[in-house]
Amino acid sequence: MSDLKKLKEEFLLRLKERLDLSEINQIKSDLFGKNGLISLQFKKIGSIDETERKKFASNLNVIKDELQELIDSKINEIQNAEINKKLDKEKIDITLPERSFVRGKIHPVSQTIDEISSIFSEIGYSVEEGPDVENEYNNFTALNTPDNHPARDMHDTFYLDEKKQKLLRTHTSPVQIRTMLKDKPPFKIIAPGRTYRSDSDQTHAPMFHQVEGLHIDKNINMGHLKGCLNYFIKEFFEVDKIKMRFRPSHFPFTEPSAEVDIGYEMKDGKIVIGEGDKWLEILGCGMVHPNVLKNVKVDPKKFQGYAFGIGIDRLAMLKYGINDLRAFFDCDYRWLNHFGFDPLDVPTNYRGLSR
Amino acid sequence: MKITFEWLKDHLKTNLKEKNLLDQLTNIGLEVESVGNLSAENDLFKIAKIIKAEKHPNADRLKICDVDVGEKNLKKVVCGATNAKAGLITIYAPPGAIIPKTKTKLVEAKIRGVTSNGMLCSESELNLSDESDGITELSKKYEKSIGKRYFSKPKSNLIDLSITPNRPDCLGVRGIARDLAASGFGKLKNLKEKKLRSKKKQTLRIRIIREKIQGCNAFGSCLITNVKNTESPQWLKEKLISIGQKPISAIVDVTNFVMFDINRPLHAYDADKIDKSIIVRNSRSGEEFTALDNKNYKLESGMCVISDHKGVLGLGGIIGGTRSGTEFNTKNILLESAYFEPRSIRNTAKKLNLDTDAKFRFERGIDPLSIEEGLNKAALLIRDICGGEISKIDIQKIESYKNNTIKFDINLFEKVSGIKISKREMIKILEELGFKVKKSRNNFELTIPSWRPDISQEVDIVEELIRISGYEKIKTINPIKERTKSTLTQPQKLFHFLQRSIASKGYLEAITWSFTDSNYNDHFKGSNKEVKIINPISSELGVLRSSIFSNLIMYLNKNLDRGFKDLSIFEIGPIFIGSNPGEQNTVLCGLASGKKSRLSWIDQERNLDVFDIKRDVVQTLVEAGYNSEKFYIDNEVPDYYHPGKSGRLFLNEEKEKVAAFFGEIHPNILKKIDIKTESLLGFEIFVDNLNLPKKTLNNQKKKFIVSDYQKSERDFAFIVDKNLSSQDLIKTISSIDKNLISNIRIFDVYEGDNIPRDKKSIAINVTIRSNEKTLNEADLENINKLIIKTVENRTGAKIRS
Repeated sequence: MSDLKKLKEEFLLRLKERLDLSEINQIKSDLFGKNGLISLQFKKIGSIDETERKKFASNLNVIKDELQELIDSKINEIQNAEINKKLDKEKIDITLPERSFVRGKIHPVSQTIDEISSIFSEIGYSVEEGPDVENEYNNFTALNTPDNHPARDMHDTFYLDEKKQKLLRTHTSPVQIRTMLKDKPPFKIIAPGRTYRSDSDQTHAPMFHQVEGLHIDKNINMGHLKGCLNYFIKEFFEVDKIKMRFRPSHFPFTEPSAEVDIGYEMKDGKIVIGEGDKWLEILGCGMVHPNVLKNVKVDPKKFQGYAFGIGIDRLAMLKYGINDLRAFFDCDYRWLNHFGFDPLDVPTNYRGLSR
Repeated sequence: MKITFEWLKDHLKTNLKEKNLLDQLTNIGLEVESVGNLSAENDLFKIAKIIKAEKHPNADRLKICDVDVGEKNLKKVVCGATNAKAGLITIYAPPGAIIPKTKTKLVEAKIRGVTSNGMLCSESELNLSDESDGITELSKKYEKSIGKRYFSKPKSNLIDLSITPNRPDCLGVRGIARDLAASGFGKLKNLKEKKLRSKKKQTLRIRIIREKIQGCNAFGSCLITNVKNTESPQWLKEKLISIGQKPISAIVDVTNFVMFDINRPLHAYDADKIDKSIIVRNSRSGEEFTALDNKNYKLESGMCVISDHKGVLGLGGIIGGTRSGTEFNTKNILLESAYFEPRSIRNTAKKLNLDTDAKFRFERGIDPLSIEEGLNKAALLIRDICGGEISKIDIQKIESYKNNTIKFDINLFEKVSGIKISKREMIKILEELGFKVKKSRNNFELTIPSWRPDISQEVDIVEELIRISGYEKIKTINPIKERTKSTLTQPQKLFHFLQRSIASKGYLEAITWSFTDSNYNDHFKGSNKEVKIINPISSELGVLRSSIFSNLIMYLNKNLDRGFKDLSIFEIGPIFIGSNPGEQNTVLCGLASGKKSRLSWIDQERNLDVFDIKRDVVQTLVEAGYNSEKFYIDNEVPDYYHPGKSGRLFLNEEKEKVAAFFGEIHPNILKKIDIKTESLLGFEIFVDNLNLPKKTLNNQKKKFIVSDYQKSERDFAFIVDKNLSSQDLIKTISSIDKNLISNIRIFDVYEGDNIPRDKKSIAINVTIRSNEKTLNEADLENINKLIIKTVENRTGAKIRS
């Protein structure tokens, strides 16, 4: 047996023993250190007879690789074992709670406004706004509700001056006036916002939300009005079918005027929209009165169209099963948390209005 | 307006059922609000006879009565009425009955130790009259009816209609019947009223003064002499009771009946109490009179009054006075049927805060041609019931009524409604509603019925036609899904973005009133002026909010009181800086309170501080597209913030408009409003002040430039004046070379040992990188030196060695 072979056998044997990292490193340096056994063999190569040299070198390389590999894998093994041992000690109770987080929420009224905007966006409406403080003209007179009109009694108005010229808008309809005065027809807008009436009990709040709709063009008739609202109600309640009833009513700023009821029934104490034989009033609408158009310098002979006003809070209550209107504005943490929406839940038409 | 089907049938011939009626009323715009069933309630009241009445052993004024209610056993009833005596026939209500006047339900009760099995009722308790002195006394003829129900079974339900203000004609049963008939629900009966014939002259002089503004333009009247006022006959009482009215006396009941029946308000005077003649004139300032509601009214000038030579008798069309009121002993009456201007009625009633059935009708517009009909109908009824002689009818007018006409283009109907109905159908509807129709090819010449003041233009006719033919006929035209204009404007998008951005940082959105308590508002109004509401619902909601904080803090406090901690809430909405339209700003306002990591097993808990709230503000603005490197912050804040721990943020150094305030809420305010929390931080972002970025986010994204050359980081520690803001330091460094220097971070601020007392040490980490090459040591060294030199020169800082 050649020296090389002996060397190899000897070290293979030694490496089979249980070794710790320092012992292996000792072996490594015994072999491959500056004066290591293998290193010395390599130094010998030059002095070996040319005929033998090639074979010797080749054998030496094989032995070197074999030993080297074995040592590396041994070291790896030990290091792994050590890491594992260490990690074993690092085991924690992973069921302990995570770092605390807080969740913000969007108020159901805001969410509902976004839902409404998304629905009307699809059929070409844009969103307009107006101030909360209005003058008497925009809130009443321009809307064909002159002073001394009994309809004014139905709006319990908050006034800001003794002359009753400045007030908190009682409906979003003055945005119609502002929009039409500002631009030229056609008009196709919705105007959501805060509205105020000095009325406060279980079912009335002194502040509430409405969305106004206005569509004025050359040939817009009551059929379009019906179609628009039918579409809106279906989309909003996310149902395929809706039972809807138009019945005549009166608003000074529309003629003809209508109130719209939707059919519902009670199932297990919950309201189910679109079925049943009970009716629920949800909005007022009508064809914009020619006097209103004249007031905003739109020629009623050329243009006509419809307007509607919907109670946003009421819609939110129906859709999300909220019983008490006053709770909307009571700011109870638990209520906001329960009825609020995740800020990432932006109503869109491709993702749907709600989850 | 309350009606019954029975009453309707006086005017309407129909075989249809009540269910159909209710649907049809709603379909034609006479909305059914409620349908009440009075009969079940009234079933319980029985005719009864007192058999024995003894003094209550424990009470001098009470009696114990044994009452025969038609059952085997007598009922023991405790009664306090002085007229309760054996033999009296009266009305008995058992436990469970609901007393009409008080709407209270009777229960079996012990009164001074004696159980009372029900109650004997007074007329007033049963809404039969105002007589509350003693229990009802029924005549002997009721003897045979003992045990039977007192109230005859109402033949139909009480139907409460919500009549819109444009339809005064439907404030009378006949008007409703007319509408129903036009819609095909039965046929309107032709009332064959007897015509009043009299040779007697109306001798009481009536004069309408021709004032500049006269609220009365016609005054019809007749005298009825030698009447014997009495209780109304049963049919009349029942009629009024059936719609919830209280019978009073024959004369008053008849005038009321005529009002409800044909919407013609009348007034009856005791003619003997009128001094000489009737003068219809404007009131003079300071005149007074006592009205039939027993209240004294002091009048302003210019109110339309009916007066005699002594003074005001009543407010025309609103309320009569006690001085000339009819009573049971009234012998001669003057019956008034007049026309009062809606505007005049409304003005007067509003000023005096008066609401009566007559006022309600006159302000909406009474049929000016119903003066004679009303007098005729009422006078005859009074004579039937009370006897007497009726004079001729006298009508004084200062203006004659002429029916309005209107030219109606029949094509307008289809143009507005979107559907067609035949010309014949149109004519039928209009004629049944009382229009006179003169037809030509495409037009109708229409004479508007005198009872329809609401109709003045063509579109009103469209409404009549579509209303009567049925809204259900309108075809649904589905909307087209197309968009030519973007739904939201840039500012609106910003509003929605900010709202959701701040919510995503753990704030709950609240919506609170736009008004608030002035006591709270005072804390937060800063330099804004208070905007008062003239007629608030309560003094706690008396002013428009000058800041959202007032409401938010109030509600936050309520939530803390509920036992919650570490709350964050926000609201985005208006604040008001003046009482004119548009004097409002949109503010995103938030409050954060309490601790971070409260009761955490892993993290150290700590109070929230100003840098928490600053992060929320800055991050929100950055997310909204603003560059935080340009932000400029100082500490000029309103006085409701902690003067030291708060800031004012501008979007850039030009400091044009305040973008936000943030900081600790002033400790004095916390003390005053008694709010208990470890910390309270707030912010206000002024949404209207956020100029929209010149480039849309879309445009900002177009260019993508990054440097792949190696970066290096350098640390500096400067000793600076204590007053120097770190913002100045950072801006000084970043201004040296924006192409090379980025990401300047402060990683330590130190004051104390080894540093002079008026100085502090700020340690900064700066990233240096070129877009053109990898910087070598010499380049870096140059920049280093430049940074140190610039900072030292500009801020007086010294590099710490």
